[in-house]
Amino acid sequence: MQWETVIGLEVHLQLATRSKIFSGSATTFGAEPNTQASAVDLAMPGMLPVLNAKAVRYAVMFGLGIGAEIGHRSVFDRKNYFYPDLPKGYQISQFEAPIVGRGVFEIQLEDGSARNIGITRAHLEEDAGKSLHEDFHGQTGIDLNRAGTPLLEIVSEPDLRNAAEAVAYLKALHSLVTYLGISDGNMAEGSMRCDINISLRPMGSETLGTRAEIKNVNSFRFVEKAIRHEIERQSEILEDGGRIVQETRLYDADLDETRPMRSKEVANDYRYFPEPDLLPVVIDDAYIAAIRAELPELPTQKRHRFIEQYGLGSYDANVLADSRELADYFEAVVSACGDAKIAANWVQVELLGQLNRGELALGDCPVSAPALGGLIARILDNSISGKIAKQVFEAMWQGEGSADEIIEARGLKQVSDSGALEAMVDQVIAANAGQVEQYLAADEDRRKKLVGFFVGQVMKLSKGQANPQMVNQLLAKKLV
Amino acid sequence: MAIEQDEIEKIAELARIRIAPDQIGQLTRRITDILGMVDQLQAVDTQGVEPMANPLDAVQRLRADEVTEENRREAYQAIAPAVENGLYLVPRVVE
Repeated sequence: MQWETVIGLEVHLQLATRSKIFSGSATTFGAEPNTQASAVDLAMPGMLPVLNAKAVRYAVMFGLGIGAEIGHRSVFDRKNYFYPDLPKGYQISQFEAPIVGRGVFEIQLEDGSARNIGITRAHLEEDAGKSLHEDFHGQTGIDLNRAGTPLLEIVSEPDLRNAAEAVAYLKALHSLVTYLGISDGNMAEGSMRCDINISLRPMGSETLGTRAEIKNVNSFRFVEKAIRHEIERQSEILEDGGRIVQETRLYDADLDETRPMRSKEVANDYRYFPEPDLLPVVIDDAYIAAIRAELPELPTQKRHRFIEQYGLGSYDANVLADSRELADYFEAVVSACGDAKIAANWVQVELLGQLNRGELALGDCPVSAPALGGLIARILDNSISGKIAKQVFEAMWQGEGSADEIIEARGLKQVSDSGALEAMVDQVIAANAGQVEQYLAADEDRRKKLVGFFVGQVMKLSKGQANPQMVNQLLAKKLV
Repeated sequence: MAIEQDEIEKIAELARIRIAPDQIGQLTRRITDILGMVDQLQAVDTQGVEPMANPLDAVQRLRADEVTEENRREAYQAIAPAVENGLYLVPRVVE
């Protein structure tokens, strides 16, 4: 039977606040254990939560970024379960009245097409601490530094149909939240963690199948692998006439498999009730309007603008608009050289290539956008060929100076002096009598191919510095 | 609405409350009584009444996003039963 996969994602996004959501403890990553855990985070008796204004603001920014309704009156609830890294015995979360309601946003697929994915809701909550199960003489070590870190849980509609779409959704989400500056989006440090709800149904069916939930997957690659594995597992069961059990599973990256969590690890009755220690949060229209006015241009808008303003293809626009830094860099290159298409090409191929090879972030890039623009300008005014430009770029990367300085110092300026070129063309023709004969005997179509040989020889002789257009013209004149 | 004994056991388990077997029967009857009162409340027509999240007629005040807490780990851990390398130690939670 043909099966259709239905996927919904719950993303836990760590918000980039300095202090915790309900206490004045720092949220810095990687601090010594329990040095950022205050009496509130430790659930000492009598401690009360006080809500962080920035967390509320960031949640509203996200809501506006996906065109969602903002809850004018949002309420916190207690989600009750017992685990040693949750000292209060409940997590403060939102259940009935989340801060962000229904929204939608656009994702870009590999083939360049776009799809709209629904967001059911997004709500504020606090993170739990961390349990370390190794090396404590049969005991578990608890670090509560992360307890109380603000999270925005973003719940998607079951609109995703395969692993690639799920990854595209996460990338789009990552792009949006880093544009907004509400999260550092650092997956390796757990700033974006993901629960995957996945079920299969016969192709064409409208009813949802029984789902499994895969908990806490923390990289794009693992999301993809976990989904592929889970589709295989479920379809095998269904093909054999079996039934899927609704359960929570864990993805094990080492074994590349999902397995059920032990029932003890699953508290499936959280007994939510309104948090009596916090009052309803009231958000008025003026507050929302002020935030809306300050929103930056978002990835989707930028992508569309790049296509319209610069005539870029959707793939290029997608890559360049992926992060705000890269988009800004690209636009600075364009304004320095005046040609968006060549700039797009250089940024994507040469610049990103070098960054990837060196495993560098754009912030560490040794070549500034105006400097790269200056190099491209020398291609555009025919001072150097594209091939020479790559050498110059390499030298710029090594810190040898600006494009003009390197071209000057290394004598790379394109030879457009017709006398010098003519001498080289003559030399090549004289040295390759056999090829000249072949060329002269060939018909028009074949000649077009054969002429490339002579151009190549002249370029070699000139160490790549001959002006190719002029070489072609000279050859056409001489090969008769 | 009546509540069954096994539901009492489940709630006790979720709340980590140990109930002596001979008390379960009595507890079940008493909670059933309380639920009877809730049923009475449920019967009230609440059409058009805004759900109340808090009895105080006030809204949440927010604090500025500033770090105001210092590291006081030593003081907090002085009263913990077991600590090691800055971590609180608890009975092992996974096998």
